[in-house]
Amino acid sequence: MVDVLVCVKRVPDSSGEVLLTADAQAVDARYVGSTLSDHDNCAVELATQLVETHGGTVSLVSVGAPESVEQLRSALSVGPTAATLVETDLRDFGPADIAHEIAEVVRAHAELGREHDLVLLGNDAADTGDFQVPVRLAHALGRPVVTGIKTVAIENGRALAHGDSPDGGRETFDLPLPAVVAVSEGGVSPRYPTIKGRMGAKKVEIEMRTPTREPHGSGRVRLTLPPPAPSTVQVLGEGPEAAPAVVDLFQSLGVLR
Amino acid sequence: MADVPTRARVVVIGAGIVGNSLVHHLARLGWRDIVQIDKGALPNPGGSTGHASNFIFPVDHSREITDLTLDSVRQYKEMDVFTESGGYEIARTEERMEELRRRMSSAKAWGIEAELVGPEHVKEKVPFIETDDIIGAFWTPSVGVVDSLRAGTIMREKALELGALTVVPNVEVTDLVVTDGRITAVETSGGTIETDTVVVACGVWSPRIAKMAGAAIPLTPAVHQMISVGPIPQLAERPGEISFPIVRDMDTFCYERQHGADMEVGSYAHRAILHEPDEIPSIDQAKLSPTEMPFTQADFDPQLEQAYELMPDALGADGAEIRYAINGLLSLTPDGAPILGETPEVKGLWSAAAVWIKEGPGVGRAVAEWMTHGSSEIDVHHSDIARFYPHQRTRSHVRARTSEAFIKTYGIVHPGEQWEGERGKRLAPMHTQQKQQGAHFFETVGWERPHWYDGNEALLGEYGDRVMPREHEWDSRWWSPIINAEHLAMRERAGIVDLTAFAIFDVVGPGAKDAVQRTVVAQADVAPGKVIYTPVLDERGGFKSDLTVMRLAHDHYRVVTGGLHGMADKKWFSDHLPADGSACAAIVDVTSAYSTIGLWGPKARDILGRLTDDDISDGGFGFLSCRDIEVGNLGVLASRISYVGELGWELYVPMEEGARLWSLLHEAGEPDGAVPVGIGVYGTTGRIEKGYRAFGFELDGERTIVEAAMQRPKVKQADFIGREAYVKQREEDPKTVLCTMTVDDHTSASGAKRYMLGGEPILTRDGGTLTDGHGHHPYVTSAGSAPSLGKHVLMAYLPPDEATLGNQLAVSYMEELYPVTIESVDSTPLLDPDNARIR
Repeated sequence: MVDVLVCVKRVPDSSGEVLLTADAQAVDARYVGSTLSDHDNCAVELATQLVETHGGTVSLVSVGAPESVEQLRSALSVGPTAATLVETDLRDFGPADIAHEIAEVVRAHAELGREHDLVLLGNDAADTGDFQVPVRLAHALGRPVVTGIKTVAIENGRALAHGDSPDGGRETFDLPLPAVVAVSEGGVSPRYPTIKGRMGAKKVEIEMRTPTREPHGSGRVRLTLPPPAPSTVQVLGEGPEAAPAVVDLFQSLGVLR
Repeated sequence: MADVPTRARVVVIGAGIVGNSLVHHLARLGWRDIVQIDKGALPNPGGSTGHASNFIFPVDHSREITDLTLDSVRQYKEMDVFTESGGYEIARTEERMEELRRRMSSAKAWGIEAELVGPEHVKEKVPFIETDDIIGAFWTPSVGVVDSLRAGTIMREKALELGALTVVPNVEVTDLVVTDGRITAVETSGGTIETDTVVVACGVWSPRIAKMAGAAIPLTPAVHQMISVGPIPQLAERPGEISFPIVRDMDTFCYERQHGADMEVGSYAHRAILHEPDEIPSIDQAKLSPTEMPFTQADFDPQLEQAYELMPDALGADGAEIRYAINGLLSLTPDGAPILGETPEVKGLWSAAAVWIKEGPGVGRAVAEWMTHGSSEIDVHHSDIARFYPHQRTRSHVRARTSEAFIKTYGIVHPGEQWEGERGKRLAPMHTQQKQQGAHFFETVGWERPHWYDGNEALLGEYGDRVMPREHEWDSRWWSPIINAEHLAMRERAGIVDLTAFAIFDVVGPGAKDAVQRTVVAQADVAPGKVIYTPVLDERGGFKSDLTVMRLAHDHYRVVTGGLHGMADKKWFSDHLPADGSACAAIVDVTSAYSTIGLWGPKARDILGRLTDDDISDGGFGFLSCRDIEVGNLGVLASRISYVGELGWELYVPMEEGARLWSLLHEAGEPDGAVPVGIGVYGTTGRIEKGYRAFGFELDGERTIVEAAMQRPKVKQADFIGREAYVKQREEDPKTVLCTMTVDDHTSASGAKRYMLGGEPILTRDGGTLTDGHGHHPYVTSAGSAPSLGKHVLMAYLPPDEATLGNQLAVSYMEELYPVTIESVDSTPLLDPDNARIR
C-alpha cells in the first residue's frame, strides 16, 4: 500500500503559440484553454500506476484559482480518488508560498491520519517555469527530493526514481520514504479518461482550503517570451514516392515503431 | 505552390467544402482564371470542414435544404467518398414520436425512403444500445458519412485539370478593395489580385472578411461540442470507418456516430457558446486548429451521462477512453438558413457561408449557377443574403437569435413557432391601439403584426361552430378560432387590416417605365393611376417574386411586396435598372415612410364613404386603380385591390399618420360592425378561399406561371426577364399543376379531428405515391381554414393526369390518411369564382 499525493497546477495549454497577458504577469489562455502540463499529467499517471501495482490511494492537491477545480476533476477522472484545492489568486504567490501551502496540506492530512508517503510534482510549471516548488516543498517537509525523474518504482518501502543523466545515460536514485519526487514528462504515457472515470470524478467532493499565511510573492518583474522558434518546412517528397521518408520520420518521432 | 496571381476572373476565398465545391462548379460552367486562396494549408486549412463529423441525415422539413442535401449526396457518391450507414432518430417521448411522424411527412414529400420502427429494429442494427427508454425511431437507410476533405481535394483537382484554377494556400486576405460600390481587388499577404468578382466562402471567418468591403454576412461562430471515445472492441472488430447506423438521440440532443474504432458523441444540449469572428485564434495560436477550440468539460458532463446510459457496453468498454474532445466552431445564422448570393452592399462580392457538410457540394453548384446564369436549378431564395434588413445584420440580433435557436437544433419546432427574444423592434404606428384591442403579435422580419385580436373573442359566440375549432393541441398551437371569426366578420361586414409590414420601393426617373416593364411580366405601360399585380421571373422563367405595382406618374412607379421577401425584391429591381444614359431610373426605398391599412368587406365602401367626399363608386374608382383621396383630414393614397377577395382598398399614409387613420376607420366602421382583422386571415384564410398563390409557398424559382395556372391569354410584346422561357413554357404541357383541394373527413383513428398545417404529402386515396413530370412528389404548399366554405383547404402541385375536378386523393398527416377532393385545377377560386364580391 502506498499513499501518493500529486501536486498539479492549472496552466494555459502551451501547445499553440504562447501569448502573455497585457501586464506580462501571466500567460494568456484565451485561445488555448487551460490544462495540466505534460509533467503534471505524467506525475498523475505514475502515481496511478504505482497504486495499481501496490494498492493504496492517489490524492491531488492544487494551489490556485477556483477554476482549478476543472483540472482537478480532469485528473480525478484517470484514477485519483481525492483532491484538495487551496483557493487563492496565484498572482500574489511565489514558489516559496506555494511550497509552504502544499506542506501545510501534507501536515494537515498527516494529522488526520493520511500520511502521504510520496509527493509527486511536475518538474516545473508550464507557465511560470520557476523550477523551485519541489525542492522548497521537500525542505519544508524535511524530506529527500530528486528532480527530473521519468519513472518511479517502490521496492521494500523505498522509492527507486529513474531519470536521464545529462550525459545521456540513466540515473537511478534510491530514496527512503516519505519523499518528494519531481517528474519530467516522457517516462510514462498519460492515459485519457474513460466516460465512467469522468462520471466518477464529478462525484468526488473536493476539499477546499484557504492559504494559511499572507504570501511573500515571487519578486517577479514580468514574463518575457523567448524569440519564436524558426519554423522550417521540409518537403519530404510528393506522391507515393514520399512514403518511405514519411515512415522514417514517424519512426524517428517515435509515433511508429 | 503557386504565387498569388495579379489578376483573376473570380477570387474564391476559402478552401473548405464550400469553396472547393464552388471552384469545381464554376470551372465546369466555363469560368477560367479562377483563383482560390486560403490562409491555411491544404487539404485541411483549419476551418469547420476539418473537424466536421461528416454525417448526413437527408430529411429536413425544408424542401430547399433537403434538395441541396440530396444534390450533395449525389455529388459525394460520384466522387466515391460516401459510405452509407443508415441512421436512426430515436424518440423517448410520445411528443417526439409525433414529430417523427411529421418527419415521415417530409420524407414522403421529398421522396426519401424512411420508416418508423420500434426499439427492436434499432437493437438489431445497433446491438450495444439500451432500448429501455426508446419508444420508437425514424429509420433512414440512406444516411451516411462522407470524407469532406477528400471531396474538396477531388473538386479542386477537377478544376485544376481544366486549367481553370490557381490555388494558393497559406495566403491571408488583408483587405478587399471597393470602388464605386463594386469590388475591384483582393489584397493578400502574397500581393494584390485585381478582379471584379469575389466569393467569401470562409465559414466562421466570413463576417470578418466581408466587413473589409463594408458588407455584412450575419453569422456567428458557435460551439458544437464533440468527443471521441475509443477504442471500443465492438466497433474495432468491424472493418472500415463505419458499419453501424448513426444514432441521433433527439430528446437528449446528442448523436452517436461510429468513426472506426471510436464512437463520436456530439451534443446540441449545452448552453449556446458563441464566439466573435475577430477573436478566433490564428493558426499559430491554436492548439489543434482555429476552429477546434478548447473543450469546456463542464458543459458536456450532463450529455456524457446520457450518452453512457444509452450505450454503456460500448462507451464503457474496457480501454475505451475519451481520446479527443473539442468545442468545434460552426456557423449559425439568425434564421438558420445559409447565407448565399451577391451582397446587397457591394456589386461583385458574393457570399457562400453558413453551410453544413451535408449541403456543401449542392450549395457550390447552386451558387456557381447563380453566378453564371442569374439563377440556380434548386431554388435557394430562403438562403438569399439579400433577405436581411439592417436590424437583422446587427451583431446583437445574430447573437440573440442564434442563442435562442441553438437548443432547438434537435428540438421539436412547430411550423408557426414564434421567437421569444428580439421582439418589439418594428412597431406599426397603430401598435398601441392594437395592444388595447388584444392583438396577438407574430413577428415578420422584425415587424410585430397582429395575427388575431382577443378583442374579437365575442365573435366566437356569434359564429359558433362556423369558426371550425381545432381540438388537437398541435393543430391549434399558434392558432386561434378567433382568426376564423374575424374572417367571417370581414366577409359579412368589413375588416380593417394592418399591412405596415409591406416592403415598398419606388422606381423613379425617365427610365422608370422601361425599368419596370423589363422586370415584370404584366404590362407596365399603363396609365398613371393603374395598379398591376404581376409575377416577376428569373431568366429561366421561374418565379422571383409576385407583387403589385402602382403607376403614380409618368416617371414614378411604386412597388409593394411582402415584408419577408421585400429586400430581395428590391435588390432584383436594382440589379436590373438600365445601366446609364438618358433613360436612367433609380430605386427609392419608402418602406419606413408609409403605413398601409387594408379595408375590405361588403361594407367597405360605406365605411370609407363616411370619411371621404371623393368618388369611390365602382364607376369612379374601379378595381385595380389607385389615387390620392382625402380621408377625414388625412391625405391618403388609396389602391383598389384585394388579397382576400373582397371589395375594398389598401390605404397608404405617411407612417406618422397611421395611428390616426386606424382610429378613423374604426370609428367609421363601428355602425357596420367592422372589426380589426389579423394576418391569420390576410395571409391564410382569406387568400386560400380565393386560391391566391403566395411567394415562398406556391411560388418559387422552381415553379412556372403555367404550372401555377396564372397565365394570361397573351404575353406582352415588350421584352422582360424570363420572357423567352415563359413563352416556351406556354407551348409545352405543364409537368405539374397547382390544384386546390378540400379535406373530406378530418376524423383520425383516435376519433379526434385533425387539421393539416402544410408540408404534408398528397397520395392516392389508398396511400399510393404520386409523382409529377419533374419527378417530384406532391406536398401541401398551403393549408388553412376556409370558414366561408366550412372546409379545410389544401393547395398542392399534382401530376397533370391527376389534376381533374372531383378527383379523390388523400393527404397523409401524422401517418394517417385523410380523404381529399380536388376542387380547383387552375386559379378559379373556391369562393366567389366570378369575383363578384370584389366589384
